[in-house]
Amino acid sequence: MNYLASVGSYAIMIREVFKKPTKWRIMKSLIYKEIDELIFSSLGIIIFISFFIGAVVAIQTALNLTNPLIPRNLIGFATRQSVILEFAPTFVSIIMAGKVGSYITSSIGTMRVTEQIDALEVMGVNSLNYLVFPKIIAMLFYPFAIAISMYVGIFGGWMAGVFGGFLTSTDFITGLQTDFVPFHIAYAFVKTLIFAFVIATIPSFHGFYMKGGALEVGKASTTSFVWTSVVIIILNYILTQLLLG
Amino acid sequence: MIDVQDIHKSFGDAHILKGISTTFEKGKTNLIIGQSGSGKTVFLKCLLGLFVPEQGNIVYDGKKYAELSDDEKRDLRQEMGMVFQGSALFDSMTVEGNVMFPLEMFTKQSKSEMKDRVDAVLKRVNLIDAHHKFPSEISGGMQKRVAIARAIVMNPKYLFCDEPNSGLDPKTAILIDDLIKEITEEYNITTVINTHDMNSVMQIGEKIIFLKDGLLEWEGTKNEIFKTDNEAVTNFVYSSDLFKKVRQMYIQEQN
Repeated sequence: MNYLASVGSYAIMIREVFKKPTKWRIMKSLIYKEIDELIFSSLGIIIFISFFIGAVVAIQTALNLTNPLIPRNLIGFATRQSVILEFAPTFVSIIMAGKVGSYITSSIGTMRVTEQIDALEVMGVNSLNYLVFPKIIAMLFYPFAIAISMYVGIFGGWMAGVFGGFLTSTDFITGLQTDFVPFHIAYAFVKTLIFAFVIATIPSFHGFYMKGGALEVGKASTTSFVWTSVVIIILNYILTQLLLG
Repeated sequence: MIDVQDIHKSFGDAHILKGISTTFEKGKTNLIIGQSGSGKTVFLKCLLGLFVPEQGNIVYDGKKYAELSDDEKRDLRQEMGMVFQGSALFDSMTVEGNVMFPLEMFTKQSKSEMKDRVDAVLKRVNLIDAHHKFPSEISGGMQKRVAIARAIVMNPKYLFCDEPNSGLDPKTAILIDDLIKEITEEYNITTVINTHDMNSVMQIGEKIIFLKDGLLEWEGTKNEIFKTDNEAVTNFVYSSDLFKKVRQMYIQEQN
């Protein structure tokens, strides 16, 4: 029953976010600030993780290719498929649910605890639009971060494969180009956009409606990470079934 | 002027406000006092429009809040200033940014006009060199003054303060009380202050209402509170020996 009420509150929150917009002059600067906080400041960790994940996928694939009849360029193929279909959009999104999600929940939650949200409401500001809308718009740039993740992941696979002595650069590139389905890229970006909306809104929901003090801000951040991850995993399954199944 | 007519507010089974009627006059500092759990904060939030009473009316200079459209309610909110207990300053903004915020949100003033207005109100609350400091870099008393500056920057008709001097030393608390009283008279605002501080009651209580268990138990002025026979009020206001002695001295003086 409690979960059902939360789903209802979340739906009402989303409706409120798009009502009574804040002045564009102010909203514009809020969006720039959120793009910086949510996207640019996450690029370092995204690049770091993607590089090593790509490298590990290439090494694991290489080490499991014991049959001499299987061509070595399969390493490039497997790296591409793994990185583009799952590691970049889904795995990185779960990392972002932790990094960006906990930032969103704790910053909005602290504003709730210190009555800053009440101050906005008293002034006649639509606090949900002011706080959550710029985050949703900023997260529209998330697919660019995932595109970088894909590139760096594949580059990591190439580095590990070639410099680890598992295959030649030509084999890796041949593998990358083998049976390439452009729709897989579209599928990955559709997933990414939906995950971006989830990463912006579920942590906002947990921060905005939290009650209590500093301890509860910490608990809300943890809860928001758990729920954002759960929703991403379930949506990943549903979207894969719908788009590729 | 704010006219409160028989307002009731409940949360689930808990009936918090049980029919409060009173009037808060313009140009006066009106104080709400009462024990914790008496309904003061809920009452203040009803006056601010953050809670909607189930029954009764709140009338702001002839405008019944319940009968206003959403746009009219928003316009009315812009005529209200609020000083929160913890100041509620936006910690990502400087002092200047905090005070300028309502102007940026709701006016079409140019940057220089806004800056002039911010300078004027910061000067009015005796904060001259703090424009570029963040709330975390200034003292609690200064934060309260910034909150007052933010509350009056739009020339409000109504000023609400929730425990404006909680957490402040007695000297700073008196400065804040005096500042609120001066601003109330200068701008001819209807000011409503929610307080526990008996010093404030004695200092600036031009009209005092005492709430008990969601009901208006007593109302009067700071002079009348010395003479009242209402047991609940005397038990609350004169709970300390110091105030008991002050009261005795006042009564002796009057006799």
